[in-house]
Amino acid sequence: MKKQFTIIVYTENNIGLLSRLSNIFSRRHVNIDSITCSESEIKGVHRFTIVVKMETDKVQKIVKQIDKQIEVLKAIYFENEKVVYQEVALYKIPVSVFSSGKEIEHIVRAHFARVLSVHTDYVIIEKTGHEKETTELFEALSHYGLTGFVRSGRIALPKSMESLQDYIKELEPTFNIN
Amino acid sequence: MVTSKSKVLKGSDAIVECLIKEGVDTLFGYPGGAIMPLYDSLFDYQDDLKHILTRHEQGAIHAAQGYARVSKKVGVCLATSGPGATNLITGLADAYIDSTPLVCITGQVASHLLGTDAFQETDVLGVSTPVTKWNIQITKAAEIPEAISKAFFIARSGRPGPVLIDITKDAQFDTLNFKYSVCKSIRSYKPLPNINIERIKEAAELINKAARPMVLFGQGVILGQAKDEFKAFIEKAGIPAAWTILGVSAIPNEHPLNVGMLGMHGNYSTNKLTSECDVLIAVGMRFDDRVTGKVSTFAAQAKVIHLEIDPAEIDKIIKTDVAVLGDCKSSLSLLTDYVKAKEYPSWRNRFSELDQEEYTEVQKAELHPDPESKITMAEVIDCISKKTKGEAIIVTDVGQHQMIAHRYYNYKAWNSNVTSGGLGTMGFALPAAIGAKLGQPQKQVIAIIGDGGFQMTLQELGTIFQYNIPVKIVVLNNEFLGMVRQWQQLFFDKRYASTEMVNPDFQTIVKGYHIETELVEARESLQAAVDRFVDSKESRFLEVRVGKEDNVFPMVPTGSSVSDIRLK
Ligand SMILES: Cc1ncc(C[n+]2csc(CCOP(=O)(O)OP(=O)(O)O)c2C)c(N)n1
Repeated sequence: MKKQFTIIVYTENNIGLLSRLSNIFSRRHVNIDSITCSESEIKGVHRFTIVVKMETDKVQKIVKQIDKQIEVLKAIYFENEKVVYQEVALYKIPVSVFSSGKEIEHIVRAHFARVLSVHTDYVIIEKTGHEKETTELFEALSHYGLTGFVRSGRIALPKSMESLQDYIKELEPTFNIN
Repeated sequence: MVTSKSKVLKGSDAIVECLIKEGVDTLFGYPGGAIMPLYDSLFDYQDDLKHILTRHEQGAIHAAQGYARVSKKVGVCLATSGPGATNLITGLADAYIDSTPLVCITGQVASHLLGTDAFQETDVLGVSTPVTKWNIQITKAAEIPEAISKAFFIARSGRPGPVLIDITKDAQFDTLNFKYSVCKSIRSYKPLPNINIERIKEAAELINKAARPMVLFGQGVILGQAKDEFKAFIEKAGIPAAWTILGVSAIPNEHPLNVGMLGMHGNYSTNKLTSECDVLIAVGMRFDDRVTGKVSTFAAQAKVIHLEIDPAEIDKIIKTDVAVLGDCKSSLSLLTDYVKAKEYPSWRNRFSELDQEEYTEVQKAELHPDPESKITMAEVIDCISKKTKGEAIIVTDVGQHQMIAHRYYNYKAWNSNVTSGGLGTMGFALPAAIGAKLGQPQKQVIAIIGDGGFQMTLQELGTIFQYNIPVKIVVLNNEFLGMVRQWQQLFFDKRYASTEMVNPDFQTIVKGYHIETELVEARESLQAAVDRFVDSKESRFLEVRVGKEDNVFPMVPTGSSVSDIRLK
């Protein structure tokens, strides 16, 4: 049975690594639901957060293939319960719609969203939450003439206290090489 | 760290100095615009580095593969940008799937032209990423030493593989302060997993309780240089051992515990008995589908132990009961300490019984056919095997002749098999044999090729002629793409769509390259021709006309269980 997994990958910051990682998925005909990347808590080490839906044995194999790449420090997969995760969504609404009554304001408040910025022609609303929540707000707003919508893709931190430093330690050679 | 004092060098000179520091003395390649600065530097280093100009970049990379496989050194190959680089792709894919250590250096357009669709610009990093263990593009001369030292370290350590370095033309022209340190580790890369002694003990416990254990070994034994350790292990534990196509020659065929070849055209006994063994010990092999047949029934009754250097291979195809990660040279010797000395006479008898059946049903007729019939491939291989006493390095192409060569050559010498296993690349053998001969000049190197595959890279006869490389070449000519024709016969109602070959006169072609050649059509002339062929000190070509519609048996049809192996 397919399940949603969050794969966290710590990497060196090198050109070409993103395509190496995405090839691992595309070659196996696996669709990536979302992928984000930024510098991690250690300077020079980057962190990818990848969300996929697949069977457990398949995600295990894919994570091993990722971990095998030379410039990957560590790749781990988590079930949703094992991570704290969020994403940000932005919604663009014409000013005419926004100011034509109180409904939009009510919706924004009911969904714990906020108005991020107001422009002459449009208003940007921001909501942080799980995909389900940002989608609910999207559905609520789409009845009123939404003209733009974007989600950031998931970012996630594991609930366990293992750290990147621990993983780097694991990599240290313990046997003689060559 | 081995460091040298710094000196100012041109980028292209620095590349050559790096190669020399890495112990390279032979390289294969083909020049062109974007790599001309490097070729210009090579001109000054001719005493240190021998460059072999092949006739095609695919020839260069297969030669580098052959060289690497037999010499245990990293194969090095050079090509220009664009078409030069793309001509390497087949070889990269082949080396990647067969874990061959290579460093390929490609020239690239000047850095200011990157991304402009400049003349002969190809996104070489992009196209080589899926078929390299690692690749990098260099746009500044100063980056050259570190990249090359990493490249060699990555190519040869852990599970070996091909690496590509793409170097822009301006980086080859610019100067740098040259200093070289050999790479000993990379933070994000752990080539050798730690061996967990608990796993060794668990494996030994399973083995010690087994009634019908069987070892399946692959190229890992050879790559891990575990010749003595492997022999000691199977001898102490008394376990029959069967090989994958890349595992052959890790232990002589004649060893009483060597029970033969696995897989689609492997032996009857080994395939049948993987379905009867109770403990299966896989050493340095990756359960290719040509070995497993239908995965769900493969050794389903057995407990599986897998000794493997690459964690990603564990449970990839076959679920293991005990995974022993690590270099098999170390893990095998540890395991040998924990296993009990045993013998399995009745179990080993089962192999002999089935071998007898295979002999009666298949081998007898192939080795001693009806005198009226055409020569069989098996007769030729058997004749070469006896004449060379199983001591030659056999380089095979892909197809029926490859299967027959592996089935009938009596491999005796350690690491004497070079073939394109995982990718099955037709055209591999001729250039790979050139590389193998240069890698082991004192050994007899014999390429066994089909008439189809020969025509994929036969221009490399030019390389053999130019450098006077004494490789021996056998073409088993059935005027068909034999292996495909066999499948058409068996599974496509004999509809021989585009498999018949109208061939040129190979004798004339080979003579054009000034190589000694002989054609054998009659059985009576085979032995004498093989004698002349093997005894010659020069390169020599032998074409044998074999049965046009002969088939290779036994056979496990695709998708069938290995126990359903057919004898006819
Ligand atoms: C580059 C490449 N193209 C196609 C194939 C598919 N293929 C596998 S075996 C074979 C026939 C080989 O014919 P030949 O070289 O004459 O050898 P034979 O089987 O007759 O011994 C073909 C076409 C391949 N393995 N490699």
